[in-house]
Amino acid sequence: MSPETRRILALHGGLLLLLLGLQFVLPAYHHGNLARIMVLASYAIGYNILFGYTGLLSLGHALFFAAGMYGMALTIQYAGFSPAPALLAGLLAGLVVSAGLAMLALRTTGVAFMIVTLMFAQAGYLSILYFGEYTRGDEGFVIQTARRMLWGIDLSDPTNRYLAALLLFSVCLALSLWLVRAPFGRVLVAIRENEERVQMLGYDTHAHKLGAMIVSGTISALAGAVYGLLFGYAGASFASVQYSIFPLLWVLLGGAGTVLGPFLGTLFMFYLIDLSSGLTTAYMLIAGVALVVLTLFAPQGLAGELRRRLWGWLP
Amino acid sequence: MELGPYILLASLEGAVTAAVLALTAVGLALVFGVMRVVNIAHGEFFMLGAVIAWWVAQTVGGHPAIGFAAALVIAPLAVGGIAAAADMTILKRLNYDPERTIVATIGLLYILQQLTLMTYGPEARPVEAPFNQRIALPWIEHGESGWQVIWPWGLGTTSYKLAVIGAACVVLAGVWLMMARSRLGLVMRATQADRDMALAFGIPVERVYALVFGMGAALAALAAVLIVPIQQAHYLMGADPLLLSFIVVIIGGLGSLPGTVLAAVLIGLSDGIISVFFSPTLAKIIATLLVGLVLVFRPEGLFGTRRR
Repeated sequence: MSPETRRILALHGGLLLLLLGLQFVLPAYHHGNLARIMVLASYAIGYNILFGYTGLLSLGHALFFAAGMYGMALTIQYAGFSPAPALLAGLLAGLVVSAGLAMLALRTTGVAFMIVTLMFAQAGYLSILYFGEYTRGDEGFVIQTARRMLWGIDLSDPTNRYLAALLLFSVCLALSLWLVRAPFGRVLVAIRENEERVQMLGYDTHAHKLGAMIVSGTISALAGAVYGLLFGYAGASFASVQYSIFPLLWVLLGGAGTVLGPFLGTLFMFYLIDLSSGLTTAYMLIAGVALVVLTLFAPQGLAGELRRRLWGWLP
Repeated sequence: MELGPYILLASLEGAVTAAVLALTAVGLALVFGVMRVVNIAHGEFFMLGAVIAWWVAQTVGGHPAIGFAAALVIAPLAVGGIAAAADMTILKRLNYDPERTIVATIGLLYILQQLTLMTYGPEARPVEAPFNQRIALPWIEHGESGWQVIWPWGLGTTSYKLAVIGAACVVLAGVWLMMARSRLGLVMRATQADRDMALAFGIPVERVYALVFGMGAALAALAAVLIVPIQQAHYLMGADPLLLSFIVVIIGGLGSLPGTVLAAVLIGLSDGIISVFFSPTLAKIIATLLVGLVLVFRPEGLFGTRRR
């Protein structure tokens, strides 16, 4: 094992151990917040694989998040599934939706790709509203506590919820770390930097982008399914444009194309909005200002700056 | 009412939608055509136009016509100014990179929307129309005694709605004349055709960009002032015009002005007629899917010609 690999493992493993330790010391409010942040950070990790590493800016990831959430929630509600197969159903829904959208949207590039993903996500959101009889539209529906017992573990209990969120986050973090250091991930970064050159070197760039979008969408869907299960609620607002913008914001803030960036960005933005919503109802103003300032002054984000200034080895 | 008069009524309403939509979409198409950037905040400039119109009408007072006339001048100028300032402080520094511009205009969208929420509040407020006579419309029907003219109940429009259609036509003709005949239009078209060559010939490209961005926003604001006596001003009202303008610009061939106007009329009229028969949500689902699929399979737009 090279010293670089050892350092990387120590840093990321250390973060997970720290999060595990925090479970025992955090006060209830922040404990609940951190569980939420870890699930949302998993969503951001999924987004980062497509945006940060492959260089494809999607404005429609809420479609995948919602596909996972509703794939899980609807099968629990109407097909009487228990949580484990319902999570699998959410995962599969995300896989199918992301594969379908990838095949269509990857025929376009650049701005057209952004608009196509935005439009399909919007169509998905409107469809959830249209089938309000089953999805309960904007109002959403609550998944009963009795239905949220996974192998005898009550997921509505704060400690179990925190540990489940940590488990999801660890899996996503490890997967993303492994992926970007594997040959597949290297090709994705190369596509981001110069697609034509990668093509000329004999790689099938379209297949790689397809793979990246499916992996990214499926991780996002898994995060959506777990979010619905842990917090016992599914609603159309999770499919709205805002939830496509959020992961972009988190990843930009934390550092696109870094493994830790999505977590840092989610943590920062969550508390920024949490604090400001005490002051004003117009808390999305913070998100808007953050977007503009980030694109102007720090397109690399927190972890990106860290990599540039201190730790050149950061993956 | 029977089907015939019903469709006439729907197409009249559709013509008003089309007129306002054409103005908004031409603003977006102008920005996209000349600057090659997608302005996601375009709907918010529309919303700002309506909100400023309410504010002006409220401040001026007196006869509704005076307030409305003042709003017709002040709102587009103010919104155009805000947009030009945003262009010079934000977009210019991004070098008009298409992807980063989209992210920045999304940020701008939230900033404008939330600032309006903080100052103007969440209420929807109307602006009084300067004139508003009801005009009943006749319908020809084949009755017992041959063809006869009847006046079906509910079939009618208002003088204000007709004036909106007329005003939109005048403004659109003005924009076309400016682009096709004036020196300013020539400079804009030169910048559109080849930015670097225009720069080499001494055209102040950055100032042209600021002007175009401001003008695009001003057109959206103007459209909003025209519609605000019919629809109320609200801080979330920008979403629908944005979506519809996108549809129009993409179907109309990305940046081509005549194509955009044609598409606006088509979409506006069919929107009025479709919403009579389908639920509005279903109509929107179909419209968004259509835009996505057109971009995937005909990226040059339905009426556009293939570039490159």
